[in-house]
Amino acid sequence: MSCTIHARGLEYRYPDGQPALRGIDLEVRHGERVAVLGPNGAGKTTLMLHLNGTLRGAGSLEVAGVEVGPKTLPELRARVGLVFQDPDDQLFMPTVGEDVTFGPRNLGLDRERAADRAAEALRAVRMSGAMDRAPHQLSMGERRRVAIATVLAMEPRLLVLDEPSANLDPRARRELLAVLDSLAGTMLVTTHDLPLAAQLCERAVILDGGRIAADGPCGDLLGDPELLAAHDLELPAGFDLAELLGAQVSR
Amino acid sequence: MGSLSGHSAALNRVAGNLDSPIHRLDPRAKLLGLLGLVVVAVSTPLGAWPVFVACALALAAVAALAAVSPAQLWSRSRLVLALVLAVALVVPLTRTGGAAHQLGPLTVHGDGLTVLATVAAKSAIGVVAAVLLAATTPFPSLLQGLAALRVPRVLVLIAALMYRYAFVVVDEVGRMRTALAARAYRPRNPLQAAALGKLAAGLFLRAHARAERVHVAMLARGYDGTMPAPAPLSPGPADAIFVVALLAAAVPLRVALGLGQ
Repeated sequence: MSCTIHARGLEYRYPDGQPALRGIDLEVRHGERVAVLGPNGAGKTTLMLHLNGTLRGAGSLEVAGVEVGPKTLPELRARVGLVFQDPDDQLFMPTVGEDVTFGPRNLGLDRERAADRAAEALRAVRMSGAMDRAPHQLSMGERRRVAIATVLAMEPRLLVLDEPSANLDPRARRELLAVLDSLAGTMLVTTHDLPLAAQLCERAVILDGGRIAADGPCGDLLGDPELLAAHDLELPAGFDLAELLGAQVSR
Repeated sequence: MGSLSGHSAALNRVAGNLDSPIHRLDPRAKLLGLLGLVVVAVSTPLGAWPVFVACALALAAVAALAAVSPAQLWSRSRLVLALVLAVALVVPLTRTGGAAHQLGPLTVHGDGLTVLATVAAKSAIGVVAAVLLAATTPFPSLLQGLAALRVPRVLVLIAALMYRYAFVVVDEVGRMRTALAARAYRPRNPLQAAALGKLAAGLFLRAHARAERVHVAMLARGYDGTMPAPAPLSPGPADAIFVVALLAAAVPLRVALGLGQ
């Protein structure tokens, strides 16, 4: 299978002229799980918004077999699932069920097939009972998982998550991690949560100042304290990376 | 803060016996029946008491069937009713005609009193009908009913978004108020209230930024400007019976008064 993401010289400036991406070259192969790490303002979210054509900069970008451009937007949005950082931005319908069927219905599926997809997606994120509930009745962790289901129901070829563990308590974070780990397919996760990256992704990319500063196996990058410090990243004090990676191998 | 979000929840919560025949009706039947009743009441001329009594009895029957208690009706109606009645109370003092009564330094006019009583009756019927509709119909099915009644999709979408984000905005207001209170903000004179203006401005900016993010998230899931069609409803005989029974007394009485009035 070819690359899921194929970016060459991707550049983007904010409307005020400030550069956000300064020449990104990135290849992500089918089935890979890649963590995009970096300090605030590194361009992580900007990069993510390029992947479904929300933002378009200079350079060439092919995602899920589609060249990103104005003509391919519908195709692209069917193939790339973006999960935004604040689930209140993503869940906009009065009930969870309506929200999870929104994407499949936009893909042209009839009501029954969309409902099947929704039920399956909610099962995958362990929120099967939430169909008739309102988003404001859910906890932050539940909302985050439902937001993931809204995208899974579209059966995307690439799943992109922006800071999935932000604002979660330890239990909700653990549940989220278990759900994400159970999902098959290509995944790109932007995060500051280095332990989450270590547990979930085999590969990491460090983005800093709109450029890719490092790209390699997650264990190698996270095991290099000098590299992390140079890009304002750090593992929690007392964190045992070797133990975590050992657990991953034995799994 | 808790009181604020509790309040918005109370306004939206379904009440009474959730399995009652009224709760189980097609939302369109409730929308049309209660709206019909309100139109009858509002279009009725001054002092046509039999029509108002018929409307009130119909509403009382709906409340009884749905097991919505008078206390619940009152607690949900009083916000709106108090406002309307406060304004209407001025009418007997300013509208002249009919018998005049001295009330201390004030002169109360008979015609004005009739206007006041009519306004009170009409607004009570309107507000109680709306409260009953909300108390017996979950908001999502109300939206489904509106869409099925061919209300333009974009209006239904706006209503849905307002409902969804009212909770988010109320939470944000609560957090901003807590932040003000945490810095010992207790306005004692109008000048100090300026901070509240800034709070409102901040809230507007946050709401605007959120609207942009929601739109981007909708586009990311393939939104192309049209909402998917809502699930179809299946009305039964009970729905037709409800509409006819609700309007059975009020409409003939209103028609007997003549439509030209």
